[in-house]
Amino acid sequence: MKNIKVLGTGCANCKTTMKLIQSVADEKGIGINLEKIEEIQDIMSYGVISTPGVVVDGKVVHAGGVPGRDKIAGWL
Amino acid sequence: MNYSIKNQAYTFIFIAAMLWFGLYQTLEPLSHFLVSALPLEPGGHAYDALQFFLYDTPKVLLLLTGVVMVMGMVNSYFTAERTRALLAGRHEGVGNIMAALLGIVTPFCSCSAVPLFIGFVQAGVPLGVTFSFLISAPMVNEIALTLLFALFGWKIAALYLVLGLTIAIVSGYIIGRLKMEAHLEDWVRNMAHVQATVGADELTLPDRIQAGFASVREIVGKVWPYVLAGIAIGAGIHGYVPVNYMAGLMGKEAWWSVPVSVLIGVPLYSNAAGIIPIVEALLAKGASLGTVLAFMMSVIALSLPEMVILRKVLKPRLIATFIGIVSVGIMLVGYVFNAVV
Repeated sequence: MKNIKVLGTGCANCKTTMKLIQSVADEKGIGINLEKIEEIQDIMSYGVISTPGVVVDGKVVHAGGVPGRDKIAGWL
Repeated sequence: MNYSIKNQAYTFIFIAAMLWFGLYQTLEPLSHFLVSALPLEPGGHAYDALQFFLYDTPKVLLLLTGVVMVMGMVNSYFTAERTRALLAGRHEGVGNIMAALLGIVTPFCSCSAVPLFIGFVQAGVPLGVTFSFLISAPMVNEIALTLLFALFGWKIAALYLVLGLTIAIVSGYIIGRLKMEAHLEDWVRNMAHVQATVGADELTLPDRIQAGFASVREIVGKVWPYVLAGIAIGAGIHGYVPVNYMAGLMGKEAWWSVPVSVLIGVPLYSNAAGIIPIVEALLAKGASLGTVLAFMMSVIALSLPEMVILRKVLKPRLIATFIGIVSVGIMLVGYVFNAVV
């Protein structure tokens, strides 16, 4: 099971990103462990400076803006 | 193989640009044709108002779509990480100017202001230079400029651009001179210094076109109702004689109108598009341009939600200095506009 974290301070784009990842995972029938990181210190510890950022299994794969569906499918 | 995809992308850009210009050229005759087909008296109020609405709506939306598309592609070159690498270790002065200019082309959302702020400081971007970026990025953006250009003409858009950049450069420079590094929250100062690095950019031209389309969907899809409302208000008064009841309150003669507008504007928060209907309505009622632009800048550049987030990294004195310097800058802009226009 993939561990996916969305980094963001709670803006609209971060929520959209969460929903989008969940919907792509549901569509493909892949179980994921989705988590939201809102604490600024924790976000910074990943070295991400433009949110929303996405971390898959501890590795930053995306930063700044809502990722596309294709890109999300690629991570899963 | 790769070569032909690139050629296709260029062909696409060329055809899209031609279509765009062709469409833009037909808007005015088309609006006349449409209105004359209606049972309205030519030259009457309703006729003028409707023609203005039918011409301006597609014009503004088309301009916005074109600009957002191009900027979406440009933005894909200027990621926050790359901007940071460009600014790291710059000296004040040149650094402030670069930061303000990069603020225009770097994609920015006020919700990522804090991670960005810390990321900049951590990589050795001077505090004042970071502030220049933080002021310019939300205030001087392509949406505000396009809407000002489409609705009020290029001179006003150009003035907004130059004065917005000036505020960002000068305010950042002053904050830098004040040496307020001690007023960053302790945990920010104690963070390890990081090297500003940029990951390899493997985006191709078709990717960038995709990015352009994505930002059109996201931005134009979100702002069109505001644009429509703004033009409807403009059209509503277009055929009619404007009422000047705002002139006494926000006109040129009232010297206190600029500070009052800024005072009202700071706690309010809206994006550039949301504020345009209000700007249109205020101007129509006789408010002076400088006062209205000062109001617009203070709403976009300074906002209560952003200050609440920034409080996590800045101590109260630095926040107060930031708000104070930017407010004074915006007020000066208001007075300059009122005096010149």
